[in-house]
Amino acid sequence: MSDITAPSPLGAAGAPGTPHFYETKEHHVENGTLLGFWLYLMSDCLIFACLFAVYAVQGRSYAAGPSGADLFDLPLVALNTSMLLLSSITYGFAMLEMQRKRLRPTLAWLAVTGLLGAAFIGLELYEFAHLLHEGAGPQRSAFLSSFFTLVGTHGLHVTFGIIWLVTLMVQVSRHGLIAENRRRLMCLSMFWHFLDVVWIGVFTFVYLMGVLP
Amino acid sequence: MFDHLDLTKLIFGRLTWEAIPYHEPILLATFIAVALGGLALVGALTYFRVWGYLWREWFTSIDHKKIGIMYIVLGLVMLLRGFADALMMRLQQAIAFGDSTGFLPPHHYDQIFTAHGVIMIFFVAMPLVTGLMNFVVPLQIGARDVAFPFLNNFSFWMTASGAALVMMSLFVGEFARTGWLAYPPLSGILYSPDVGVDYYIWSLQIAGIGTLLSGINLIATIVKMRAPGMKLMRMPVFTWTSLCTNILIVAAFPVLTAVLALLSLDRYAGTNFFTNDFGGNPMMYVNLIWIWGHPEVYILILPLFGVFSEVVSTFSRKRLFGYASMVYATLVITILSYLVWLHHFFTMGSGASVNSFFGITTMIISIPTGAKIFNWLFTMYRGRIRFEVPMLWTIGFMITFVIGGMTGVLLAVPPADFVLHNSLFLIAHFHNVIIGGVVFGIFAGITYWFPKAFGYKLDPFWGKCSFWFWLTGFWFAFMPLYVLGLMGVTRRMSHFEDPSLQIWFQIAAFGAFLVALGILCFIIQLVVSFMRRESLRDTTGDPWDARTLEWSTSSPPPAYNFAFTPRVHDNDAWWDMKQRGYVRPQAGFLPIHMPKNTGAGIVLAGLSAALGFALIWQMWALAAIAFVVILVVTIGHTFNYKRDYYIPADQVIRTEADRTRLLASHV
Amino acid sequence: MSAHTDTHSHDSGHHDHDHDDGASHSTLRGYVTGFILSVILTAIPFWLVMGKVFDSSSTTAAVLLGFAAVQIVVHMVYFLHMNTRSEGGWNMLALVFTVVVVVIALSGSLWVMYHLNHNMMPMSVHDMKNMP
Repeated sequence: MSDITAPSPLGAAGAPGTPHFYETKEHHVENGTLLGFWLYLMSDCLIFACLFAVYAVQGRSYAAGPSGADLFDLPLVALNTSMLLLSSITYGFAMLEMQRKRLRPTLAWLAVTGLLGAAFIGLELYEFAHLLHEGAGPQRSAFLSSFFTLVGTHGLHVTFGIIWLVTLMVQVSRHGLIAENRRRLMCLSMFWHFLDVVWIGVFTFVYLMGVLP
Repeated sequence: MFDHLDLTKLIFGRLTWEAIPYHEPILLATFIAVALGGLALVGALTYFRVWGYLWREWFTSIDHKKIGIMYIVLGLVMLLRGFADALMMRLQQAIAFGDSTGFLPPHHYDQIFTAHGVIMIFFVAMPLVTGLMNFVVPLQIGARDVAFPFLNNFSFWMTASGAALVMMSLFVGEFARTGWLAYPPLSGILYSPDVGVDYYIWSLQIAGIGTLLSGINLIATIVKMRAPGMKLMRMPVFTWTSLCTNILIVAAFPVLTAVLALLSLDRYAGTNFFTNDFGGNPMMYVNLIWIWGHPEVYILILPLFGVFSEVVSTFSRKRLFGYASMVYATLVITILSYLVWLHHFFTMGSGASVNSFFGITTMIISIPTGAKIFNWLFTMYRGRIRFEVPMLWTIGFMITFVIGGMTGVLLAVPPADFVLHNSLFLIAHFHNVIIGGVVFGIFAGITYWFPKAFGYKLDPFWGKCSFWFWLTGFWFAFMPLYVLGLMGVTRRMSHFEDPSLQIWFQIAAFGAFLVALGILCFIIQLVVSFMRRESLRDTTGDPWDARTLEWSTSSPPPAYNFAFTPRVHDNDAWWDMKQRGYVRPQAGFLPIHMPKNTGAGIVLAGLSAALGFALIWQMWALAAIAFVVILVVTIGHTFNYKRDYYIPADQVIRTEADRTRLLASHV
Repeated sequence: MSAHTDTHSHDSGHHDHDHDDGASHSTLRGYVTGFILSVILTAIPFWLVMGKVFDSSSTTAAVLLGFAAVQIVVHMVYFLHMNTRSEGGWNMLALVFTVVVVVIALSGSLWVMYHLNHNMMPMSVHDMKNMP
């Protein structure tokens, strides 16, 4: 940190040549929020890893019920994936505007991101409703239990992300792009992109590999 | 619309008056005792008008020192409950032979051994360890608080809420009867349709959130808030072990969260993760829970290894031998702890190749621990040893833990484990390492840092009594279990037919009685020390002539810990300062930036407990309301941007001047 | 501690601070590159499966996993600005450690469960016939 050039403040500091054992100015501690949030994301990664592990072990336990090949609507999944991917880049645009300290464009891109996220959730709920209607609910087999739980947990995370996003939009419009709000936007950015990373795993491992014989 | 019956169900779920155990005399007596004791306590607090003080100075405090103390108080209180369970088990097993069925029917006994395990691990050991790390680490690294002080307060109250739910299960409903890890199918909805397993799930989920956040908090603290000059390899060993422990917490607790969530889905939503049919696989639960479970035991022990390092070097008046190897050993243990989990279920049938791999890794993981023992011994060698109470606990640990570790290496051999798995030998082994390691370490740590926290030492006579009762009590209680285990006796039995076994159980019960005396001596020690506190007073802040930065502060430290952030030049920073003519600054103090107290933590944790209770009893209306309120309060809390304040320079000057006077008057 | 920087007047100084040790500087080019790469890395797997391009399931699966791994790295670099410098290298260290634990937990579970299922799950009539 800052080097102490003044040998002593008002008062004694030991014999000349004694190293300095304390800072005389206020020591500014580095903010730990971004690291802390990243660590939280790592723990969230592990939760998803467990769910993936369960899906890996039980993903073919159809219990004489429907399989992925029977149920998955890949074009719908492709549409969903593009919604989420687009929302990632629109959040990126929001961050660029934030860096340029432009309040209204930041809010605008955040709103677009939120709408795309909501579209993702809407499509997913539609898919789930359809599956339930077909009798392929989470109780039908271990495969379906793990499918609904893994995809559903991801969807819950996105939902919380949207709630957070709306809250932040209110806070940013109230207080502006102050340092605290910028930090929060960066945390949400990490969260949002992380969910997209998890989705890569989901559409690959669950949907695409799930329809393979 | 809703007919009368539906509305009642929505509000009350499956909670009825039958949930209160009128027909169980032991529970009824316990309830009356607890109610009377509780009323007396509440009455006293009201009479002495300390509620305001408690709320302002403790419950809403974000000061890591206060939170650390509260964690330890919680752990010690829960120790009494968990130990009561142990006494009951020992007594039952000492008398229930042949025609005598003892005083605990299996239905009750099963809840006791389940509760004993859950409470001891989650609500005694974890809070005690977390409390020590919370109190000590910021002081040792020269920081003013942890990285996220509000989260710290919230984490404590979440743990307390989990404990409250477990305690509630004693009087409203019942607890799980599945053992502390609640394996399905027994813990599934078919075989445990009652609320017991739900109490288990939700108390652990709530406490688990607290633990996980605490883990993130302490890692960020150690990474970001070390004093200038304190490079990683200059950190005290206790800080290193805390760092590794919290890494394990962040990397292991999510697995527990996920697995318990899956179990709760099976119970509430009829999913088929761990059922016997529809493609479910109960073995997957065992696999996943132990992926968490093994790192968990290292989470418990690593901080205590750190405590022993501090105690040994202080009371041998010598720098710790092999600092670098201690650090590497800790890191190796951290990583290897993820490669051994299958040794908890060798007998489940994974076959020779899998079992051999995990057997070998299990044996390998004992090596770094062995290295630590040697380092402690080499530190003591040619040191000038003072046998203060913390050092006694440490020596007791070295003997007890090493033997327990050796029985662990024996169990690591799969063919041996096939004979000994789930026998009393296993019980003896893990109690050997947990009591010898964790419990002895906690007492060492409490005795060592007590003067720092409260300004006076603990009375050494009662400390020694407590130590000797615990040490002899432990050996009397658990050596017979090794013998019984080798003879083939199974764990978790409430009744036996073979009368030749009885003598061993009676010896074990005697051991438990000695441990009870040890706990009693500890309580007496607390009372006597408080009464004699002036004669035990620590005026210098450094009663043991110790080596690390926390001892440079007053006892207790001021709220801000350090008037000026320390600057570190070497390991054992405080020792270095003492050797090189450090003079305490007496002027030039600046205003200090500190976080404000907050009630949001206790409120949110209380709401979480309500949510947990509602989910347990399927009171869906209450659950929905609690959930929404939690969301609203959380979001509302984030709208508060004014969470800090400055301690004015005058106040700092006065506090430091008080200390100057104290130091001068006792020279 | 989090609102701490607001109460100081040297906000411009801290502005630099945020960029130095916070998230790395995002650029439009970075996001667009990441986006285009992601689109490609998503479209190809979908095409491989929906078009039934490979005969063998295992080949398809392996290729899919490969594409997923690459796309995850793309997201990490271009969207999450993953590099060895952020937070003094601790972000990368945390990620590496997490990945190691995830790999151990996933591969370990698969290996263990495969053996358990093989040895312990209900047998077919054929197997029962061959029991001693």
